[in-house]
Amino acid sequence: MLRLLTRDLRLAMRAGGGFGLGLAFFLLVAVLVPLGVGPEGVVLAKIAPGILWVGALLACLLSLDRIFALDFEDGSLDLLATSPMPLEGVVAVKSLAHWLVTGLPLTLVAPVLGVLLNLPVAGYGWLVVSLALGTPALSVIGAFGAALVVGVKRGGLLLSLLVLPLYVPTLIFGAEVVKRGAAGLAVGTPLLLMAGITLGAAALLPFASAAALRVNLR
Amino acid sequence: MELSVSGLAVARGGVRVLEGIAFTLRGGEALILRGPNGAGKTTLLRTLAGLQPAEAGVIAAPPEAIAYAAHADGIKAVLSVAENLEFWAGVYGTAGIDAALEGMDLVALRDRRAAHLSAGQKRRLGLARLLVTGRPVWLLDEPTVSLDVASVALFAGVVRRHLSGGGLALIATHVDLGLGEAGVLDLGGFKARAGAKAGAMSGAFDEAFG
Repeated sequence: MLRLLTRDLRLAMRAGGGFGLGLAFFLLVAVLVPLGVGPEGVVLAKIAPGILWVGALLACLLSLDRIFALDFEDGSLDLLATSPMPLEGVVAVKSLAHWLVTGLPLTLVAPVLGVLLNLPVAGYGWLVVSLALGTPALSVIGAFGAALVVGVKRGGLLLSLLVLPLYVPTLIFGAEVVKRGAAGLAVGTPLLLMAGITLGAAALLPFASAAALRVNLR
Repeated sequence: MELSVSGLAVARGGVRVLEGIAFTLRGGEALILRGPNGAGKTTLLRTLAGLQPAEAGVIAAPPEAIAYAAHADGIKAVLSVAENLEFWAGVYGTAGIDAALEGMDLVALRDRRAAHLSAGQKRRLGLARLLVTGRPVWLLDEPTVSLDVASVALFAGVVRRHLSGGGLALIATHVDLGLGEAGVLDLGGFKARAGAKAGAMSGAFDEAFG
Protein backbone atom coordinates (compact mmCIF):
# COMPACT_ATOMS: atom_id res chain seq x y z
CA MET A 1 0.00 0.00 0.00
CA LEU A 2 2.72 2.39 1.06
CA ARG A 3 4.62 1.46 -2.11
CA LEU A 4 1.67 2.45 -4.25
CA LEU A 5 1.35 5.76 -2.41
CA THR A 6 5.01 6.62 -2.80
CA ARG A 7 4.93 5.54 -6.46
CA ASP A 8 1.90 7.72 -7.21
CA LEU A 9 3.41 10.69 -5.40
CA ARG A 10 6.69 10.19 -7.23
CA LEU A 11 4.91 9.98 -10.57
CA ALA A 12 3.00 13.15 -9.79
CA MET A 13 6.14 15.05 -8.84
CA ARG A 14 8.20 14.05 -11.87
CA ALA A 15 7.92 15.79 -15.20
CA GLY A 16 4.50 15.61 -16.77
CA GLY A 17 2.95 14.27 -13.60
CA GLY A 18 0.30 16.93 -13.25
CA PHE A 19 1.33 18.20 -9.84
CA GLY A 20 0.72 21.91 -9.81
CA LEU A 21 -1.91 21.78 -12.52
CA GLY A 22 -4.77 22.23 -10.07
CA LEU A 23 -2.76 24.66 -8.03
CA ALA A 24 -2.05 26.86 -11.07
CA PHE A 25 -5.71 26.80 -12.02
CA PHE A 26 -6.76 27.81 -8.50
CA LEU A 27 -4.25 30.64 -8.57
CA LEU A 28 -5.56 31.86 -11.93
CA VAL A 29 -9.15 31.90 -10.72
CA ALA A 30 -8.26 33.83 -7.59
CA VAL A 31 -6.20 36.34 -9.56
CA LEU A 32 -8.65 36.82 -12.42
CA VAL A 33 -11.88 37.16 -10.47
CA PRO A 34 -10.92 40.46 -8.78
CA LEU A 35 -9.87 41.78 -12.19
CA GLY A 36 -13.22 40.82 -13.68
CA VAL A 37 -15.43 41.87 -10.80
CA GLY A 38 -13.65 45.12 -10.03
CA PRO A 39 -11.71 46.37 -7.04
CA GLU A 40 -14.64 47.06 -4.69
CA GLY A 41 -13.66 45.44 -1.43
CA VAL A 42 -17.19 44.97 -0.17
CA VAL A 43 -18.32 43.00 -3.23
CA LEU A 44 -15.18 40.88 -3.24
CA ALA A 45 -15.44 40.11 0.46
CA LYS A 46 -19.00 38.95 -0.12
CA ILE A 47 -18.20 36.57 -2.97
CA ALA A 48 -14.78 35.43 -1.73
CA PRO A 49 -15.93 32.27 0.10
CA GLY A 50 -17.92 31.06 -2.88
CA ILE A 51 -15.20 31.88 -5.42
CA LEU A 52 -12.50 30.18 -3.38
CA TRP A 53 -14.56 27.04 -2.96
CA VAL A 54 -15.64 26.90 -6.60
CA GLY A 55 -12.03 27.44 -7.65
CA ALA A 56 -10.80 24.64 -5.40
CA LEU A 57 -13.53 22.32 -6.66
CA LEU A 58 -12.78 22.95 -10.33
CA ALA A 59 -9.04 22.66 -9.72
CA CYS A 60 -9.69 19.27 -8.15
CA LEU A 61 -11.87 18.24 -11.09
CA LEU A 62 -9.10 19.09 -13.53
CA SER A 63 -6.82 16.24 -12.53
CA LEU A 64 -9.41 13.56 -11.79
CA ASP A 65 -9.17 11.59 -15.01
CA ARG A 66 -5.48 11.00 -14.36
CA ILE A 67 -6.24 8.91 -11.27
CA PHE A 68 -6.90 5.73 -13.23
CA ALA A 69 -6.64 6.60 -16.93
CA LEU A 70 -2.82 6.59 -17.05
CA ASP A 71 -2.60 3.26 -15.23
CA PHE A 72 -5.27 1.86 -17.49
CA GLU A 73 -3.47 2.89 -20.66
CA ASP A 74 -0.10 1.38 -19.78
CA GLY A 75 -1.60 -1.79 -18.37
CA SER A 76 -0.63 -1.20 -14.74
CA LEU A 77 -4.27 -1.29 -13.68
CA ASP A 78 -4.68 -4.86 -14.97
CA LEU A 79 -1.56 -5.85 -13.12
CA LEU A 80 -2.65 -4.07 -9.93
CA ALA A 81 -6.01 -5.81 -10.15
CA THR A 82 -4.28 -9.20 -10.27
CA SER A 83 -1.82 -8.28 -7.51
CA PRO A 84 -2.28 -9.27 -3.86
CA MET A 85 -3.49 -5.78 -3.01
CA PRO A 86 -7.28 -5.57 -2.73
CA LEU A 87 -8.68 -3.29 -5.40
CA GLU A 88 -10.54 -1.34 -2.73
CA GLY A 89 -7.19 -0.60 -1.12
CA VAL A 90 -5.73 0.45 -4.46
CA VAL A 91 -8.60 2.89 -4.94
CA ALA A 92 -8.29 4.26 -1.42
CA VAL A 93 -4.55 4.76 -1.75
CA LYS A 94 -4.87 6.41 -5.14
CA SER A 95 -7.57 8.75 -3.78
CA LEU A 96 -5.27 9.65 -0.92
CA ALA A 97 -2.41 10.30 -3.35
CA HIS A 98 -4.71 12.52 -5.41
CA TRP A 99 -5.66 14.49 -2.32
CA LEU A 100 -2.04 14.88 -1.28
CA VAL A 101 -1.07 16.38 -4.63
CA THR A 102 -4.20 18.52 -5.18
CA GLY A 103 -6.44 18.98 -2.14
CA LEU A 104 -3.69 19.53 0.41
CA PRO A 105 -1.75 22.16 -1.62
CA LEU A 106 -5.04 23.91 -2.42
CA THR A 107 -5.85 24.05 1.27
CA LEU A 108 -2.44 25.45 2.10
CA VAL A 109 -2.42 28.23 -0.50
CA ALA A 110 -6.09 29.21 -0.04
CA PRO A 111 -5.40 31.75 2.75
CA VAL A 112 -2.90 33.55 0.53
CA LEU A 113 -5.44 33.75 -2.26
CA GLY A 114 -8.04 34.87 0.27
CA VAL A 115 -6.05 38.08 0.59
CA LEU A 116 -6.50 38.74 -3.14
CA LEU A 117 -10.25 38.37 -2.71
CA ASN A 118 -10.41 40.54 0.40
CA LEU A 119 -11.76 37.74 2.57
CA PRO A 120 -12.68 39.08 6.03
CA VAL A 121 -10.06 38.23 8.64
CA ALA A 122 -12.38 36.02 10.68
CA GLY A 123 -12.84 33.75 7.65
CA TYR A 124 -9.24 32.58 7.13
CA GLY A 125 -9.21 29.93 9.79
CA TRP A 126 -12.54 28.53 8.64
CA LEU A 127 -11.41 28.60 5.01
CA VAL A 128 -8.50 26.31 5.85
CA VAL A 129 -10.59 24.10 8.11
CA SER A 130 -13.39 23.74 5.59
CA LEU A 131 -11.03 22.95 2.70
CA ALA A 132 -9.07 20.50 4.82
CA LEU A 133 -12.28 18.70 5.73
CA GLY A 134 -13.99 19.02 2.35
CA THR A 135 -11.33 18.37 -0.28
CA PRO A 136 -10.81 14.71 0.75
CA ALA A 137 -14.44 14.14 -0.23
CA LEU A 138 -13.72 15.73 -3.61
CA SER A 139 -10.85 13.30 -4.20
CA VAL A 140 -12.78 10.22 -3.10
CA ILE A 141 -15.91 11.10 -5.06
CA GLY A 142 -13.74 12.01 -8.03
CA ALA A 143 -11.96 8.66 -7.87
CA PHE A 144 -15.37 7.00 -8.07
CA GLY A 145 -16.23 9.00 -11.18
CA ALA A 146 -12.83 8.22 -12.68
CA ALA A 147 -13.36 4.52 -12.00
CA LEU A 148 -16.70 4.64 -13.82
CA VAL A 149 -15.26 6.15 -17.00
CA VAL A 150 -11.86 4.48 -16.97
CA GLY A 151 -12.18 2.62 -20.26
CA VAL A 152 -13.85 5.47 -22.12
CA LYS A 153 -11.77 7.43 -24.58
CA ARG A 154 -11.93 11.14 -23.81
CA GLY A 155 -13.94 10.34 -20.71
CA GLY A 156 -13.18 13.74 -19.19
CA LEU A 157 -16.46 15.34 -20.20
CA LEU A 158 -18.51 12.39 -19.02
CA LEU A 159 -16.51 12.38 -15.80
CA SER A 160 -17.25 16.05 -15.13
CA LEU A 161 -20.96 15.54 -15.74
CA LEU A 162 -21.06 12.51 -13.45
CA VAL A 163 -19.05 14.01 -10.65
CA LEU A 164 -20.27 17.62 -10.50
CA PRO A 165 -23.71 16.84 -9.02
CA LEU A 166 -22.01 14.72 -6.37
CA TYR A 167 -19.74 17.65 -5.54
CA VAL A 168 -22.62 20.06 -4.94
CA PRO A 169 -23.34 19.25 -1.26
CA THR A 170 -19.67 19.57 -0.33
CA LEU A 171 -19.51 22.88 -2.17
CA ILE A 172 -22.61 24.28 -0.50
CA PHE A 173 -21.60 23.32 3.02
CA GLY A 174 -17.96 24.24 2.48
CA ALA A 175 -18.72 27.74 1.19
CA GLU A 176 -21.35 28.14 3.93
CA VAL A 177 -18.75 27.41 6.62
CA VAL A 178 -16.47 30.12 5.28
CA LYS A 179 -19.33 32.58 4.78
CA ARG A 180 -20.61 32.13 8.32
CA GLY A 181 -17.11 32.12 9.73
CA ALA A 182 -16.30 35.39 7.95
CA ALA A 183 -19.50 36.94 9.29
CA GLY A 184 -18.72 35.76 12.80
CA LEU A 185 -21.69 33.36 12.98
CA ALA A 186 -21.76 29.80 14.33
CA VAL A 187 -20.33 27.32 11.79
CA GLY A 188 -21.07 24.07 13.59
CA THR A 189 -23.93 22.78 11.47
CA PRO A 190 -22.48 23.08 7.94
CA LEU A 191 -19.08 21.97 9.20
CA LEU A 192 -20.49 18.80 10.74
CA LEU A 193 -22.59 18.05 7.68
CA MET A 194 -19.58 18.44 5.43
CA ALA A 195 -17.41 16.30 7.69
CA GLY A 196 -20.18 13.70 7.56
CA ILE A 197 -20.15 13.72 3.77
CA THR A 198 -16.38 13.33 3.73
CA LEU A 199 -16.34 10.47 6.21
CA GLY A 200 -19.23 8.69 4.53
CA ALA A 201 -17.68 9.05 1.09
CA ALA A 202 -14.27 7.87 2.30
CA ALA A 203 -15.81 4.86 4.01
CA LEU A 204 -18.16 3.69 1.26
CA LEU A 205 -17.02 4.93 -2.13
CA PRO A 206 -13.77 2.93 -2.42
CA PHE A 207 -15.93 -0.19 -2.54
CA ALA A 208 -18.14 1.28 -5.26
CA SER A 209 -15.08 2.45 -7.19
CA ALA A 210 -13.46 -0.98 -6.99
CA ALA A 211 -16.65 -2.60 -8.27
CA ALA A 212 -16.78 -0.12 -11.16
CA LEU A 213 -13.13 -0.83 -12.00
CA ARG A 214 -13.74 -4.58 -12.02
CA VAL A 215 -16.58 -4.13 -14.50
CA ASN A 216 -14.49 -1.84 -16.68
CA LEU A 217 -11.47 -4.16 -16.73
CA ARG A 218 -13.43 -7.10 -18.11
CA MET B 1 0.80 -26.93 -7.15
CA GLU B 2 -1.77 -27.52 -9.83
CA LEU B 3 -3.89 -25.45 -12.17
CA SER B 4 -6.86 -27.35 -13.48
CA VAL B 5 -9.65 -26.15 -15.69
CA SER B 6 -12.75 -28.01 -16.75
CA GLY B 7 -15.68 -27.13 -18.96
CA LEU B 8 -14.52 -23.54 -19.10
CA ALA B 9 -16.31 -21.11 -21.39
CA VAL B 10 -15.14 -17.54 -21.84
CA ALA B 11 -16.79 -14.56 -23.48
CA ARG B 12 -15.58 -11.30 -24.90
CA GLY B 13 -17.82 -8.32 -25.53
CA GLY B 14 -20.89 -10.39 -24.68
CA VAL B 15 -20.09 -13.10 -27.24
CA ARG B 16 -18.91 -16.52 -26.15
CA VAL B 17 -15.62 -17.23 -27.93
CA LEU B 18 -14.41 -20.47 -26.35
CA GLU B 19 -16.15 -23.29 -24.57
CA GLY B 20 -15.44 -26.71 -23.18
CA ILE B 21 -11.81 -25.98 -22.34
CA ALA B 22 -10.29 -28.54 -20.03
CA PHE B 23 -6.71 -29.12 -19.01
CA THR B 24 -4.62 -29.80 -15.95
CA LEU B 25 -1.21 -28.33 -15.41
CA ARG B 26 1.05 -29.59 -12.64
CA GLY B 27 4.19 -28.09 -11.18
CA GLY B 28 7.04 -28.07 -13.66
CA GLU B 29 4.77 -28.19 -16.69
CA ALA B 30 4.16 -25.59 -19.37
CA LEU B 31 1.32 -25.31 -21.83
CA ILE B 32 1.48 -23.34 -25.05
CA LEU B 33 -1.78 -21.84 -26.27
CA ARG B 34 -2.11 -21.67 -30.01
CA GLY B 35 -4.78 -20.28 -32.24
CA PRO B 36 -5.25 -17.63 -34.90
CA ASN B 37 -5.83 -13.96 -34.04
CA GLY B 38 -9.14 -13.55 -32.32
CA ALA B 39 -9.27 -17.17 -31.20
CA GLY B 40 -9.64 -16.06 -27.59
CA LYS B 41 -6.15 -16.59 -26.19
CA THR B 42 -6.08 -13.27 -24.36
CA THR B 43 -9.67 -13.68 -23.17
CA LEU B 44 -8.83 -17.09 -21.76
CA LEU B 45 -5.76 -15.78 -19.95
CA ARG B 46 -7.66 -12.78 -18.54
CA THR B 47 -10.36 -15.10 -17.28
CA LEU B 48 -7.81 -17.37 -15.62
CA ALA B 49 -6.14 -14.31 -14.09
CA GLY B 50 -9.46 -13.36 -12.53
CA LEU B 51 -9.92 -10.14 -14.48
CA GLN B 52 -13.21 -11.31 -15.90
CA PRO B 53 -15.69 -13.94 -14.78
CA ALA B 54 -15.93 -17.29 -16.50
CA GLU B 55 -19.12 -17.93 -18.45
CA ALA B 56 -19.23 -21.52 -17.32
CA GLY B 57 -16.93 -24.15 -15.93
CA VAL B 58 -14.51 -24.42 -13.07
CA ILE B 59 -11.04 -22.97 -12.56
CA ALA B 60 -9.15 -24.61 -9.72
CA ALA B 61 -5.96 -22.80 -8.80
CA PRO B 62 -4.24 -22.26 -5.48
CA PRO B 63 -5.10 -18.80 -4.10
CA GLU B 64 -2.65 -15.98 -4.65
CA ALA B 65 -0.57 -18.07 -7.01
CA ILE B 66 -1.09 -16.44 -10.38
CA ALA B 67 1.11 -13.83 -12.01
CA TYR B 68 -0.28 -12.39 -15.22
CA ALA B 69 1.75 -10.68 -17.94
CA ALA B 70 -0.44 -8.84 -20.40
CA HIS B 71 0.27 -7.26 -23.79
CA ALA B 72 0.97 -4.00 -21.98
CA ASP B 73 3.85 -4.11 -19.55
CA GLY B 74 2.58 -1.60 -17.03
CA ILE B 75 5.85 0.31 -17.08
CA LYS B 76 5.99 3.89 -15.86
CA ALA B 77 8.13 5.88 -18.28
CA VAL B 78 9.30 8.46 -15.75
CA LEU B 79 10.57 5.85 -13.30
CA SER B 80 13.89 4.07 -13.69
CA VAL B 81 14.15 0.35 -14.40
CA ALA B 82 15.01 -0.36 -10.77
CA GLU B 83 12.19 1.84 -9.46
CA ASN B 84 9.66 0.08 -11.67
CA LEU B 85 10.73 -3.32 -10.42
CA GLU B 86 11.05 -2.24 -6.80
CA PHE B 87 7.46 -1.06 -6.88
CA TRP B 88 6.19 -4.46 -7.98
CA ALA B 89 8.48 -6.24 -5.54
CA GLY B 90 6.91 -4.09 -2.82
CA VAL B 91 3.39 -4.84 -4.01
CA TYR B 92 4.03 -8.59 -3.95
CA GLY B 93 6.00 -8.36 -0.73
CA THR B 94 9.11 -9.99 -2.14
CA ALA B 95 12.59 -8.81 -1.35
CA GLY B 96 15.26 -7.89 -3.82
CA ILE B 97 15.16 -7.18 -7.53
CA ASP B 98 18.72 -8.18 -8.32
CA ALA B 99 17.88 -11.72 -9.40
CA ALA B 100 15.18 -10.42 -11.72
CA LEU B 101 17.52 -7.81 -13.21
CA GLU B 102 20.15 -10.47 -13.83
CA GLY B 103 17.63 -12.97 -15.15
CA MET B 104 16.41 -10.64 -17.88
CA ASP B 105 19.83 -9.07 -18.52
CA LEU B 106 18.84 -5.63 -17.27
CA VAL B 107 21.66 -4.96 -14.81
CA ALA B 108 23.38 -2.46 -17.10
CA LEU B 109 20.10 -0.58 -17.57
CA ARG B 110 19.29 -0.47 -13.87
CA ASP B 111 19.26 3.31 -13.45
CA ARG B 112 17.93 4.28 -16.87
CA ARG B 113 14.54 5.82 -17.14
CA ALA B 114 12.07 3.44 -18.71
CA ALA B 115 11.19 6.16 -21.23
CA HIS B 116 14.65 5.72 -22.78
CA LEU B 117 14.41 1.97 -23.22
CA SER B 118 13.84 0.34 -26.58
CA ALA B 119 10.69 -1.68 -27.17
CA GLY B 120 12.52 -4.95 -26.59
CA GLN B 121 14.16 -3.67 -23.41
CA LYS B 122 10.78 -2.54 -22.11
CA ARG B 123 9.42 -5.99 -22.80
CA ARG B 124 12.31 -7.52 -20.90
CA LEU B 125 11.54 -5.21 -17.99
CA GLY B 126 7.87 -6.25 -18.17
CA LEU B 127 8.89 -9.91 -18.04
CA ALA B 128 11.34 -9.28 -15.21
CA ARG B 129 8.29 -8.26 -13.18
CA LEU B 130 7.21 -11.91 -13.25
CA LEU B 131 10.38 -12.86 -11.43
CA VAL B 132 9.81 -10.37 -8.61
CA THR B 133 6.24 -11.56 -8.04
CA GLY B 134 7.55 -14.82 -6.68
CA ARG B 135 4.35 -16.52 -7.81
CA PRO B 136 4.33 -20.07 -9.19
CA VAL B 137 1.70 -19.83 -11.95
CA TRP B 138 2.68 -17.64 -14.89
CA LEU B 139 0.08 -16.60 -17.44
CA LEU B 140 1.92 -15.08 -20.37
CA ASP B 141 0.23 -13.27 -23.21
CA GLU B 142 2.52 -13.06 -26.24
CA PRO B 143 5.64 -12.65 -24.07
CA THR B 144 8.05 -12.54 -27.00
CA VAL B 145 6.57 -9.58 -28.87
CA SER B 146 9.38 -7.18 -29.89
CA LEU B 147 12.09 -9.43 -28.44
CA ASP B 148 15.07 -10.33 -30.63
CA VAL B 149 16.27 -13.92 -31.09
CA ALA B 150 18.80 -13.71 -28.27
CA SER B 151 16.23 -12.30 -25.86
CA VAL B 152 13.70 -14.98 -26.80
CA ALA B 153 16.31 -17.59 -25.93
CA LEU B 154 17.10 -15.74 -22.71
CA PHE B 155 13.44 -15.68 -21.80
CA ALA B 156 13.00 -19.36 -22.67
CA GLY B 157 15.81 -20.07 -20.24
CA VAL B 158 14.03 -18.03 -17.55
CA VAL B 159 10.82 -19.97 -18.13
CA ARG B 160 12.70 -23.27 -18.01
CA ARG B 161 14.30 -22.32 -14.70
CA HIS B 162 10.89 -21.32 -13.38
CA LEU B 163 9.49 -24.72 -14.39
CA SER B 164 12.39 -26.64 -12.90
CA GLY B 165 11.74 -24.79 -9.65
CA GLY B 166 8.27 -26.32 -9.56
CA GLY B 167 6.46 -23.44 -11.22
CA LEU B 168 4.06 -23.71 -14.11
CA ALA B 169 3.41 -21.55 -17.14
CA LEU B 170 0.60 -21.01 -19.60
CA ILE B 171 1.89 -19.21 -22.66
CA ALA B 172 -0.04 -17.77 -25.57
CA THR B 173 2.43 -17.34 -28.39
CA HIS B 174 2.97 -17.64 -32.12
CA VAL B 175 6.72 -17.93 -31.77
CA ASP B 176 8.53 -21.18 -31.10
CA LEU B 177 10.06 -20.67 -27.67
CA GLY B 178 12.11 -23.84 -27.95
CA LEU B 179 10.34 -25.35 -24.96
CA GLY B 180 10.25 -28.87 -26.41
CA GLU B 181 8.79 -30.36 -23.27
CA ALA B 182 5.77 -28.05 -23.19
CA GLY B 183 2.34 -29.29 -24.17
CA VAL B 184 0.38 -27.49 -26.85
CA LEU B 185 -3.30 -26.61 -26.65
CA ASP B 186 -4.83 -25.56 -29.94
CA LEU B 187 -7.79 -23.33 -29.16
CA GLY B 188 -9.28 -23.95 -32.60
CA GLY B 189 -10.93 -27.05 -31.20
CA PHE B 190 -12.78 -25.16 -28.50
CA LYS B 191 -14.36 -22.49 -30.65
CA ALA B 192 -17.83 -21.66 -29.38
CA ARG B 193 -20.74 -22.55 -31.64
CA ALA B 194 -21.66 -19.67 -33.90
CA GLY B 195 -24.34 -17.49 -32.42
CA ALA B 196 -23.93 -18.85 -28.92
CA LYS B 197 -25.04 -15.92 -26.81
CA ALA B 198 -23.22 -15.11 -23.64
CA GLY B 199 -25.26 -15.87 -20.56
CA ALA B 200 -26.34 -13.77 -17.64
CA MET B 201 -22.98 -12.11 -17.23
CA SER B 202 -23.20 -10.16 -20.47
CA GLY B 203 -22.76 -6.63 -19.27
CA ALA B 204 -25.48 -4.11 -19.75
CA PHE B 205 -22.81 -1.79 -18.47
CA ASP B 206 -20.58 -2.58 -21.43
CA GLU B 207 -23.40 -1.88 -23.84
CA ALA B 208 -24.14 1.43 -22.19
CA PHE B 209 -20.57 2.59 -22.19
CA GLY B 210 -19.09 0.51 -25.01
